[in-house]
Amino acid sequence: MRNTKGFMSFRAVTVLLLGAFTLIPLYAMVTAALKPLRDVQSTFTWWPSTLTVSPFVDMWTTVPLARYFGNSLVVSGLATLASVVLAVLAAFAVSRFSFRGRSIFTTTVLSTQMFPGVLFLLPLFLIFTNINSATGIQLVGSRLGLVITYLTFTLPFSIWMLVGYFDSIPRELDEAAMVDGCTPLGALWRVVLPAARPGVIAVAIYSFMTAWGEVLFASVMTNDSNRTLAVGLREYSTQTNVYWNQIMAASLVVSVPVVVGFLLAQKSFVAGVTAGAVK
Amino acid sequence: MATSTSSATSSAPTAARTAAPSTAGAGTTRPRRRRGRATSRDHKLLPYLLLAPAVVMELLIHILPMLVGIWMSFVRLTKFFLANWSAAPWAGLGNYRLALDINSSIGAKLFQSFLVTIGFSVAAVVLSWGLGMAAAVALQQPFRGRGIVRTLFLVPYALPAYAGILTWNFMLQRDTGLINHVLADNLHLTGDRPFWLLGNNAFTSLVVVAVWRLWPFAFLTIMAGLQSVPTELYEAASVDGAGNLRSWRSITLPSLRPVNIVLVLVLFLWTFSDFNTPYVLFGTAQPPAGDLVSFHIYNASFLTWNFGIGAAMSVLLLLFLMVLTAAYLVVTNRRSSRA
Repeated sequence: MRNTKGFMSFRAVTVLLLGAFTLIPLYAMVTAALKPLRDVQSTFTWWPSTLTVSPFVDMWTTVPLARYFGNSLVVSGLATLASVVLAVLAAFAVSRFSFRGRSIFTTTVLSTQMFPGVLFLLPLFLIFTNINSATGIQLVGSRLGLVITYLTFTLPFSIWMLVGYFDSIPRELDEAAMVDGCTPLGALWRVVLPAARPGVIAVAIYSFMTAWGEVLFASVMTNDSNRTLAVGLREYSTQTNVYWNQIMAASLVVSVPVVVGFLLAQKSFVAGVTAGAVK
Repeated sequence: MATSTSSATSSAPTAARTAAPSTAGAGTTRPRRRRGRATSRDHKLLPYLLLAPAVVMELLIHILPMLVGIWMSFVRLTKFFLANWSAAPWAGLGNYRLALDINSSIGAKLFQSFLVTIGFSVAAVVLSWGLGMAAAVALQQPFRGRGIVRTLFLVPYALPAYAGILTWNFMLQRDTGLINHVLADNLHLTGDRPFWLLGNNAFTSLVVVAVWRLWPFAFLTIMAGLQSVPTELYEAASVDGAGNLRSWRSITLPSLRPVNIVLVLVLFLWTFSDFNTPYVLFGTAQPPAGDLVSFHIYNASFLTWNFGIGAAMSVLLLLFLMVLTAAYLVVTNRRSSRA
C-alpha cells in the first residue's frame, strides 16, 4: 500500500474507530473498579464521584476470590503442561516419521478441534458420574476432572499447531544431529525443541489462555471446592446487590496475568499462528 | 523475552555438533543407513511410542465420549438413570424425532435457536473478518505508534472470555450502563432507555460482544498472512499505475486466499458453537433472540435433566457442522483450482 492521502485517512479512521471500540470497554472496566458502590448503582458517569480502591480490597472477602484464583491457576497450569508434553511427542512423530495410521491420527485430531465443547460435556459428565459411583473417585467437582475436560480443547490445538511448527523447521537439522549420533529423542530435545521454541511458547500461552477463560465445563464440573474464576465471579451478584465495582475490579485482576503474558510473548504467538495456521 | 526464530535455529546446529563430536568421524558408514529414519528397523516402533500418550488421551477425551454421546442420543436418559444408565429405556429415534419435529415445543425451540445461531454466526464472521482486514491493511505500513496500536487491538482477544463479556454486561445494563447513557443522555438517539439484554435487542448485543472479542483474531491471522506477500508485487502494481484499492483487490485478496479460507471456517465454527457469550451475557434466563445452539443444548439438558434429548441435539449440531465444513472446503477448493 502506498501512503497516498486516501490511504492515510483510511488508516486514521480505522485506527480511531477500532481504538475506541477496543478502549471504551476497557475504560469502563477500569473506572468502575475505582468507583464506590453508589456510583455503579446509579446512572453511568464517565468519571468516579470519588476515586476509591476499596473494590480491590473488598472483592477478596465478598467471594473467596483467592481460592478461585488458585483453582484456576492449578487447573489451567496442569492442562497446559499436560497438553504441551503430549503434543510435543505426538507432533514430533507426525512431523518426522511416516508410519501406518498417521493420516487417521491427524484427521482425527484436526476434526475433534472443530467439534463444539457441548458435544463432549454431556457424555463426559455421564462418564465421570459413573466412574464416581463405580470406584468412588470423584471427577465431577474435582480439579483432576476439570483438567481432563480442558484437554478436550487444549490437546488437539497443541498437536495441530506444533505439527505445523515442526514441519517448518528444516529436517536437515535433526538429520544432522542423528548423523552425529543423537537418538531421535535426543534430536527432538537438543535440536527441534530449541528451534521450535517460539511455537512451543505460543502453544502454551494459547492453551493457558483458553483454559483460564473457559466457562462451559467450569459451569458444570465445579462445585464449592474446585470452583474456578469463570464461575466464581458470578457470585458477586447476590439477591440484594450486584457489586459491579467489585466484579470489574476482580475481572481486571484476573485478566492481568494472561494479558501481560500474551503481550510479552506476542511475537512468538504471531510466529506460531503463522506456522500453524498459514501453511 | 520472545527470541526470534532465526537466533534459535542458528544456535541449534552448534548444539547438535557439540553433543556428539566423537561419533562424527567414525560414523560415516552407519548413519547412511540411519538417514532413512522412517524405514530403519530400530525406529519402526518409535513413532507409535511417541504417539501412545496422545492416542490414549484422545481415546479417553474424544473418541469414548463421542461414542457414549451417540449412544445417549438413543436412550431416554433422564435424571433417574444418570447413575444407573444401563437401566435407561431405549428410545430408538424418539429423541431425534422430538428434536426435529417443528410442531413440538422442543423441536420448535431448537429450530428457532438454530435460525438465531445462523444469523449470529454470519453477522459475527462478516464483521470480525471485515474489521480484522481493515486493521491489518491499515497497519501494514510502519508508522509512529504502530506497535502500540497493534498491542491495544489484541487486548480484547487476550482477555479471559468472561472478563470481557462481564464488562459488556455492565455496559449494557438498562439504567446504569454506559451504552444507554451515551445513546439516551449524550446523543439523544433513543428517547427511552432500551433493554439490551432482553427481547430482540439481545441479538444485537450478542453480535457486538462476539465481534469485540473475535475481530482481533482475524486481525492477527490476516496480519500474519500479509507478511508472506512479496512487496515487489505492490511495487510492480504501482508502477503499472494501480491505486491502493486496486492493488488490494488484485494482490492482497488473492494472496490471502488460503489464509482467508481457513480463517473464515474457524471463525464460523467458533461462533456457531459459542457458549460463553450468551451464558455470561444472559445467565440461564435466555431471551429467545439470544438463544444460541450450544447454550440451548446446555439449558435443555441441565434444566430438565433430559440428557437423551441434549445428546440428540448435539449429534445433530455435529452433523450439521461436518456437512457444512465439507461443502465449504469442496467449494473453495474447486474455485481455487479453477483460478
